[in-house]
Formats: sequence, structure tokens, C-alpha cells
Amino acid sequence: MNAAKEKLVVIGNGMAGISTVEQILKLTTKFDITVFGSEPHPNYNRIMLSYVLEGSKTIDDIVLNDLHWYEDNGIKLHMGTAVSRIDEQSKEVVTEQGMRVPYDKVLIATGSNSFILPIPGSDKEGVVGFRDIADCNQMLEAAKSYRKAAVIGGGLLGLEAAKGLVQLGMDVTVVHLMEDLMERQLDHQAASMLKAELERQGIKFKMGAQTSELLGDARVSGLRFADDTVLEAEFVVMAVGIKPNVAVARESGITVNRGIVVNDYMQTSMEGVYSVGECTEHRGTCYGLVAPLFEQGSILAKHICGVDTAPYEGSVMSTKLKISGVDVFSTGAFIDGPEHTVISNKDDWKRTYKKILLQDGIIVGAVLFGDIDDANELQKLVKNKAEMTDELYASLMGTGCCGGGKKTAAVETMPDEEIVCGCNGVTKGTIVDVITNQGLTTVDEIKACTGATRSCGGCKPVVEQILQYVLGDGFTAATKQGICGCTTLSRDEIVAEIQEKGLQTTKEVMNVLGWSQPEGCSKCRPALNYYLGMLYPDTHEDEKPSRFVNERMAANIQKDGTYTVVPRMYGGVTTPEELKRIADVSLKYDVKVVKVTGGQRLDLIGVKKEDLPKVWEELDMPSGYAYAKSLRTVKTCVGSQFCRFGTQDSMGMGAILERKFERLDFPAKFKMAVNGCPRNCAESCTKDIGIVGNDGGWEIFVGGNGGIKARLADPLCKVKTDDELIEIVGAIMQYYRESGNYLERTSEWVERIGLDAIKANVVDDHENRKALMERIEFALQQVEDPWKKMLNDTEHREKLYNRLEMSNQL
Amino acid sequence: MNMEKENSLQFYAAGSVDEFLLQIGRVVEINGQEIAVFPLSDGRIFAALNQSPHPKGGPLAEGILSGHYLYDPLYDWKIDLTTGLVQAPDTGQASMCRVKVENGQVWIAFEQQLQMT
Repeated sequence: MNAAKEKLVVIGNGMAGISTVEQILKLTTKFDITVFGSEPHPNYNRIMLSYVLEGSKTIDDIVLNDLHWYEDNGIKLHMGTAVSRIDEQSKEVVTEQGMRVPYDKVLIATGSNSFILPIPGSDKEGVVGFRDIADCNQMLEAAKSYRKAAVIGGGLLGLEAAKGLVQLGMDVTVVHLMEDLMERQLDHQAASMLKAELERQGIKFKMGAQTSELLGDARVSGLRFADDTVLEAEFVVMAVGIKPNVAVARESGITVNRGIVVNDYMQTSMEGVYSVGECTEHRGTCYGLVAPLFEQGSILAKHICGVDTAPYEGSVMSTKLKISGVDVFSTGAFIDGPEHTVISNKDDWKRTYKKILLQDGIIVGAVLFGDIDDANELQKLVKNKAEMTDELYASLMGTGCCGGGKKTAAVETMPDEEIVCGCNGVTKGTIVDVITNQGLTTVDEIKACTGATRSCGGCKPVVEQILQYVLGDGFTAATKQGICGCTTLSRDEIVAEIQEKGLQTTKEVMNVLGWSQPEGCSKCRPALNYYLGMLYPDTHEDEKPSRFVNERMAANIQKDGTYTVVPRMYGGVTTPEELKRIADVSLKYDVKVVKVTGGQRLDLIGVKKEDLPKVWEELDMPSGYAYAKSLRTVKTCVGSQFCRFGTQDSMGMGAILERKFERLDFPAKFKMAVNGCPRNCAESCTKDIGIVGNDGGWEIFVGGNGGIKARLADPLCKVKTDDELIEIVGAIMQYYRESGNYLERTSEWVERIGLDAIKANVVDDHENRKALMERIEFALQQVEDPWKKMLNDTEHREKLYNRLEMSNQL
Repeated sequence: MNMEKENSLQFYAAGSVDEFLLQIGRVVEINGQEIAVFPLSDGRIFAALNQSPHPKGGPLAEGILSGHYLYDPLYDWKIDLTTGLVQAPDTGQASMCRVKVENGQVWIAFEQQLQMT
């Protein structure tokens, strides 16, 4: 049978060629396929090169078809091999090295090259285009040794290159011939908003500038413009445009205009030879964007396999800029003329802009800046030449009422055969199919299964909407909630990854686990710092920048920027000497209020930041940790030392527990109480751990809370001895430290984990209890009083607590 | 010289760069005006009047820094230090100052507020 196979030779191992091959493989196995690629790589996602430059992806990440794929599909791949021509006479493809491969059909998908301006000096060292992995590597290299870069061309590619170089630490100026950026995709309004946003991100611009010469000796040193001004640059990226790569076609005698000329079935002038992608010219147009590749490839695949297909009639151009934090989109007509009805909405506050162009009531184009949620919808409407209706208007421009259901509705009415993922040709029907038949519940699973969202990722919102529509109520249950907006990972997943990968700092965690905001937020950074400290009590270096102000300053900030100071009074017991010092310090430092707290101690309110170290020093008392997610107070009643009802020494035991377990970080603040008898005067029922003495020992309660959501503590167990009490308290604390979510109080933790699990872990399983106790003891060995520590650390004390006073007298 | 003029903007000396801890804000007082100075992890330095745009006011210097964003210390508002704009869903704008660093020396320019005393 093999001998009977038709021989298909593909010239070009890029996205256009290989996506066509993928389409063909879905339809038939009748071809024996050979692929030639001039680059020494398998097919990779060229549109993601900007992410490689930006550093958010590696080259491996952007490979679309690895070598196994070629093998599995029986495709002969010749990498690093350029084809010189097609010999029509002998029906053979001839490579530059002289290899000859016979064919029945040939597909030319040689793509395009960077257009290098024909100006003096353009051949100097340090001048590159931005098309392939080699260019990308040159740019990454250049950023290591040079600082000043110029990007010629303020189009899509130029801006992505510029952002990448800025990200790599270079000082980048974009030189653009026109007055507007991306003038082939955006109108003046969107272009100026884009420029302002990119300037905020550190890119410089020189607009309306025509480069006339590149200066320098062997290596480029600068640019000279038509007006004779000069810009210094040690590295130049030419991103002025692309040139269809037609060399093979021209050499073979195929009709070539700007690109390789094809008819509506992608046939060239030579029999059996086809062309798709950027090297192709169809009805006078050469496309330089990804979506048309697929449309062309899909039609060609059907045609070549003998499947009925509509002819290719050209593509509506849509553009999205792939720079993180800058959302720009345009489709169809984008410059309004007298023939257009213009709907527009510009919001300087949110920095968003939306413009829709109508011609005779038909939607013919749109531009979006800032918020591009409607991009897919608009692209479809323009492509289908949809008529504007009141409903559409309300859906696109908003009617002032809540439009929660509108997106789902759009997905609902979408026909099954409509293509959702343009890069990989996945229809809505296919996606619905895998959700219902294979039980998929996440976008990632759908990606792995169908390829949708795999390439540019632009269709992800639509795939999500389809998922939501198909799963209905099941969707919420299925979606994962991360610990904050920066990640989709849960607390348990993060802690597991930290351990598995041995991550040591918050920065490492965020980098390795792909945080969307590279340096996290005020929710995740303190949480990560806690988890790291909990996992590595001896080696984790506490990160001050990741501590909330109160914990960083070891004092509670008040609304006017002053602080409060709460010294320890173990078990709520103080001495006349301490009280005298507190009084003296309060007077000396002009403390506004001395407040008796609910935790049986004193709060000095209104201390100036610069006075904090002096106040601590003169109080000469340990920190009460009133500012921390840590053991706060152990409230006690008078107990057996004095009280006639007392059966246990509550003041004594309270002080012992407070001294033993203070200073340790917990997921949230932690309060305790110890009572001498069941009258419970120290209110055990509202504490994280409440202890009630009785005639034969102690009873332990957990998960009480008197705050936002009051909860009575659950009785956990009874113990006979003080030692047993201390060990169980320590084990509960460590179990909570190890399994609690950051900021989760024990009242929530007990309900989440279940009282039975806690009982099993800390009461019934003696070995586990001992192990927990050992771990908390180890952690306790690492802690020290933060006030003393700060008093001994002059440098940090100065920089953290003292303002710089500059006398700049005029 | 602890002052210099540039394009009619008055720049004031605000200490040397090593007087600041990376990613931790510090107050610099210039002619009685409190300026919160923020050294970002990438080495850039931003500065704002030490007054939160929140209606209840309060300082800014002690917030948590992430990239060029600041989470204010009292109400956790997210502020873009490149513009001073408060991020959605909250609204407002912090008064940003111009900063330049020359030879390890930080210079800050700001609009003088009239002292009504």
C-alpha cells in the first residue's frame, strides 16, 4: 500500500506549513509527507517569540510540534535544509545541497523575511530583524552587553520587540516614520493611548522620523535621521515590515508578484504546487498575521484531499498586541471615513477606548483599547458582516444595567461549526463534545485535548464561556480559585510545590509557579513568606518587604500614621515596677492614650514612628506581639493562688504557656485563655485554644472566636497533667501552623479540617503528637524578641524607623 | 549644593540611594513636606507626597511594594506609582513627585504645598 501513497513535499517548517499538514492528517493518510525547514528547529509558535524575549516563556515552551510528532505521523523532516527550487520537468524538489526528492504535490510555506531598510550601514554588526529564534537569541545576547537600543518601526512586531528589550533592561527608543503607532491597525485615538501606556512602561519614542543612515564602524553606534539629527544606539532592531520569501518560487519559474500568486484554492501557476501563509499573495493581498494562515491551510487541506470546500475569499484582518498589560485589538476597517457611522466610547479614567464602525448599518470594523473582552465577538460580527441591532448595541456598548448573562448568551447562539480557535481550527462543536463526552472541566484540559487556546491564547475567554455554558452550575465547582488574583494555585498546591521544588524565597515561588503579577500582591506575598517560614523555620530568612506594615514595624499603625506599643504581661500579670516604667515612658513620649486591652494588658496609643525604638528600649519589656499573626495573649482568671473557687493555678499556667509559645508565626492571630475552674471567668469559649481547670486536671477547647463571626469553642479532650496539657497545646498549634490557610482563624480551620481530624492527629495518635511537638519546639528555638533585635541592628533601625530630614533652605 | 533647577522644576536633595532599603518605603522630609520614597526591586525609585488619596487620609510610605504598584498600608488600595492612579475598584490619585538619581544621589521635585500656619 505504501508504494501507492502520493508524495507531498512541504517547503517550510513553520506554522503555516505544519498547520496545513495537521489539517491534511485529520482528513487522510494517503500522503507520504516530507518537510523541509531552513531553521534548525521543529515547528514553533512564531507569534510567541515576543514572550521568549520578554522572558515569560522559553524556546521549549513555544515548540508546537516536537520531533516525536513528526515521527508519530510518519513525516520525514529535514531541519536546517533550504530548498533551492522545484524541478517541474522531473517532478522533484531540489535542495541547496543538491538533494532531490520526488513529489506529486508541493506545498510552499516559506513565510517571510524581515524587511531590512536599504540604507547605508544596514549591514553593520548589531542590526537584526525580529522574525525567528536566531534573531531572538541575538537580542537576548545583546541585552547582556549593550544598553542603548533602537527599534525601527512602531508596528506590532517593533513594539513587541521594544517591550522585550526594555524587559531585558535595555534603554529602548522606538523610531517610527509615521505620527501614529501601528497605523495599519489602529486609529489615531487608540494609537495615542497605546503610546502613552508604553511610555509608562519605559519605552521611548521618536515619531515622524525617517532613518537615513546607520552610523558606526564595524558595529552600529547610532542612527542618523533625514533631518540630520542623530540617536545613539548600540543595537538596532529593524521591524519595518516583512517581505514574502518567494525565492524558491521565483527560482522555479512560478508566477510571483509581491508574494507567490495563488487562486482561491491556493494553487500557484505551476501544476501540483500550492502556497499558503505569508509568502502567498491572494487577490493582491499578502497577509502578515496568523489567522489567515489557518483559513488558507484549511481550504487547501480539503482541496488537496478531495473534500468539498468553499473557495478562499480573503480574510478579515484582526490584530491583537501581545504585550502584557497592554490590550489592543482591531478588526476590519479602523479609520472612520465619511461613509461610516461611528459608535465610540472613550474613558480617560479607566483608559479604555472602544470604537465600532458601521457602513449602511453593517458592522465593518472595530478598535478596542484597554478592555478587549469583546474582541472575539466583534471579530465574528465583522467577518459575518452582521447588521447592528438594538440587542447587539446593548450587548456591546452596555445599557447601564447589569449584563452578567450576555457573554454566555453569545456562546449559546454560536453555531457548532463556528471556529473558536483560529490558530488550531477548533470548532465550538468539538469543544462542547469533549466537555460532555470526556468530562473535561478546565480550559487546560480542553487545550491538551483539542489544541484550542494552545497558540496565541486569544480565544481563551470564549473557551471559558463555552465551558461555563456547557457545565452550567457545575462550572463554579469546577473552576479553581487561587489564593489571590496572582495565581490559580491553592494553598495546598503552593506548599506542595515549595517542598517538592525546594523553593526558598517568595521571589522564587512567584517566578517558578508563574505568578501573573511578577512580584505578587499584598495578599500572596505575606502568605508565601509565612509558608516558607513555617516549612523552613531555621533557614528561611524573613522578608521584611513581604510583611504587612504592622509586622514589619513590630507595632500597630493607626489611621494618623502613629503606632501603638503593647508590651507582654504574661498571663495578664504585671508588676508595680513595670507599671512605673510604662507611666514614665508614656509621659516622656507624649503617649495619647493608655488603654487597657481585652487581652489583659496595656496599650500605649499614639507613639511616633521614630520614637518606637526608644520607647521599647526604655520600657525594657518583651514585645506583646499585638501587631502579629502570632500568639497574642493568654488571658487568665485569678485561679487557685487566691480565688476560693480555684481548682488550678490558671495565672501560673497562663504565663507558662505564653512564655513557651510566644513569637512564633501562625496563619492568623492566636488567642488563648486559662481558667482555674469551670466558672470560666477568662472566657475560654471564645479563644483559639481555651483551657478550663477542674479538680482532676484540664479540659481543652479549640476554635472559639469572639470576633466578626462569633463561634463557641469545641471541647477537644481532657488531660490529667500539666505536661500533657502543654504537649497537646503545642501539637494543636503546630497542626494549625502546618495545615491552616494564611489568615484563616482556627474557628474556620476547625470547621474546614473537622474536629475529628484534629482529635485524631493531636490527641489519639501519640506518635504524631510527639512529632508535632518536636517540630514546634524546633521552630521555637529560632525566634527572638523583635524589639531587642531591632535595638541591636542600627542600620535597619535607622532605615525603617527614622525619616530622612533634608534641610533644603531656599 | 543641595538644590538644582531643571526646566523650572526645583529638585531637592533626598539622600543617597543607600539610605533606602529595597522594596521598603521611607519618609524624607524636605522643607517640612513629607515625601514617601519608594525604591523598587528593579532599582527604579518613585516618590509621592506621603498622603494617601483615600478619603480618610493617612501615610503611604509603609505600604507593600510589588513592581511599580503600592498597596497602601491602611486600606490596601492599589496605587500605580508610575501615574499615582488608584486601581479599580477604588478611585483616586496620589500626588507623585519627579525623581532623578545622579551619582547615587536621589533628587526629588514636588509642588510646594502652602503651609497654613
